[in-house]
Amino acid sequence: MSKISELFKKEIKVINIGLEDFAKDLEKQKVKVVHVAWRPPAGGNERMVLLLAKLRKKG
Amino acid sequence: MQTQPVEEQREGGREVCQSLEIRKNTYYDSVTLMLMSKEIKKMEGVREALIGMGTELNKALAVNLGMGDERIQALNPGDFFIAILWEKEDRMTKVIKRVDELLHEKKPSSALDYRPVTLDSAVKHTPDANLALISLPGKYVFEEARKALDLGLHVMLFSDNVSIEEEKQLKELAREKGLLMMGPDCGTAIINAVPLAFANVVRRGDIGIVGASGTGTQEVSVMIHKLGRGVSQVLGTGGRDLKREIGGIMMIEGIKALGEDENTKVIVLISKPPAPEVAEKMLQAAKDSKKPVVVNFIGGDMEMIEQYGMVPGLTLEDTAYKAVALSKGEAVKDMLGFMMSEEEIEAVVRRETKELKAGQRYLRGLYTGGTLCDEAMKLLTDAVGPIYSNIPLEEGYRLENVYRSYSHTCIDLGDDLFTLNRPHPMIDPSYRQERLKIELEDETVAVILMDFVLGYGSHPDPVGEMLPIMMEGKQKRQEKGLGTCFIASICGTEQDPQNLRKQEERLKEAGVVVMPSNAQAARMAAKILKRIL
Repeated sequence: MSKISELFKKEIKVINIGLEDFAKDLEKQKVKVVHVAWRPPAGGNERMVLLLAKLRKKG
Repeated sequence: MQTQPVEEQREGGREVCQSLEIRKNTYYDSVTLMLMSKEIKKMEGVREALIGMGTELNKALAVNLGMGDERIQALNPGDFFIAILWEKEDRMTKVIKRVDELLHEKKPSSALDYRPVTLDSAVKHTPDANLALISLPGKYVFEEARKALDLGLHVMLFSDNVSIEEEKQLKELAREKGLLMMGPDCGTAIINAVPLAFANVVRRGDIGIVGASGTGTQEVSVMIHKLGRGVSQVLGTGGRDLKREIGGIMMIEGIKALGEDENTKVIVLISKPPAPEVAEKMLQAAKDSKKPVVVNFIGGDMEMIEQYGMVPGLTLEDTAYKAVALSKGEAVKDMLGFMMSEEEIEAVVRRETKELKAGQRYLRGLYTGGTLCDEAMKLLTDAVGPIYSNIPLEEGYRLENVYRSYSHTCIDLGDDLFTLNRPHPMIDPSYRQERLKIELEDETVAVILMDFVLGYGSHPDPVGEMLPIMMEGKQKRQEKGLGTCFIASICGTEQDPQNLRKQEERLKEAGVVVMPSNAQAARMAAKILKRIL
């Protein structure tokens, strides 16, 4: 059985990243949900993001 | 907090000042902040307000609003700012207080109090999590979605602005791992009776749906509910899945999963016309499921559907009717009319045309759902002639200026053109309100056609937001001797948080013609318009 078919038989448990209202809606329905307090990598500073990516590759 | 006069903005000798507060490395999502800007703008003494992250879009908006402050231009997308323009008295202290109240409104929840900062820590905290719902700005999506798939999570990706190459990579990875990769730009899904993002509370049943169109899928699932049956699973693929570049990866995986699912008896597939070779692969997969399948290609090739032994759905409503018939084991018939009797229809047409004056002959459709708008235009064009739009059926009928209707016009208000600095009209009705006022000032307008999409994700009271403007406009027009015919359809169920019955009653009490489906609303509009031509 595929993992998708397995999902259809399980209780759905959600990790929400982005719009917080989606997590609130799920909570209202008593669905288990964790909201990630996401932030743009390196504060969204594109140069820093590139630098970090390079460092990660080297590491 | 810093304040400075905006030298270039002086009106009647009065100085307009700008106040700015910057909070570095503090992130809030764009919908929260756009709705907040709207709220703050309503405060007394505030001329203009922009509350947002230091994105390029917000920097450009700041300049357009006359807030050309260099400090805003130097921000990063991870920095939060509050900027206002005021005159007479500095309102900034009050504004900051209000913003903080709104940001930290006491949440009734306790489960949401734990907020991991990364996906990895969220999975460590909830190791049995099985689905990631991602709605980040497009450029950050790929990394997070890939991480989620690598962690073994199914993904629903609400975000748009993801490149087609990234979409392909993510979908190939998901297929390899046997996981769902719904989206990008997937607005709706119902998994195990849980509505995700924008979805209605639909009864459980034996009809499974895979849809590449958000509001199209919502309308079909709602109609199935209205007809007394229910859905097993509703999977979304995102609008580009059936393009040649993606090859229908998610559609085909979805069909296979519904084929294997013992709770699914009938399968419904919904998409805009696919690339022909993709349509063949998709129809073959559907045939292999050995289950009855209804396919709605939204105006696409019906013959091909029949060649594969499947049932073509002619409208979203007809698709639901046929799926319900198959689920009940009944014969399939086309549903191309009304649920009301001929006499009832005639009575509505007579009542609605009675007050219309000579010269009032045009239709204005103000839609929050793109597929609903498209379907209405298809149904209306045959009866009343071409319809102008921002999403026209033929290029020749594209509106030159989307902010101004012409002749018969139907507008998809969810188009990117209208949502640059405000949330989607299903969340924020402000542009539809504004636009309705404009349409009601036009003396050639006879019929206003509107959709109201309920369900999770949508505004808590879509009817309540529009009704006062409808009634005020109607009153003013009456004073000028003009009639106004409002026709509405509501995509929702009585179990939705907004409650279909309550929304419907208020429209009916106000004299609005409320039809049971988008297709019937369009047909009713056609009947009325034909009568006055």
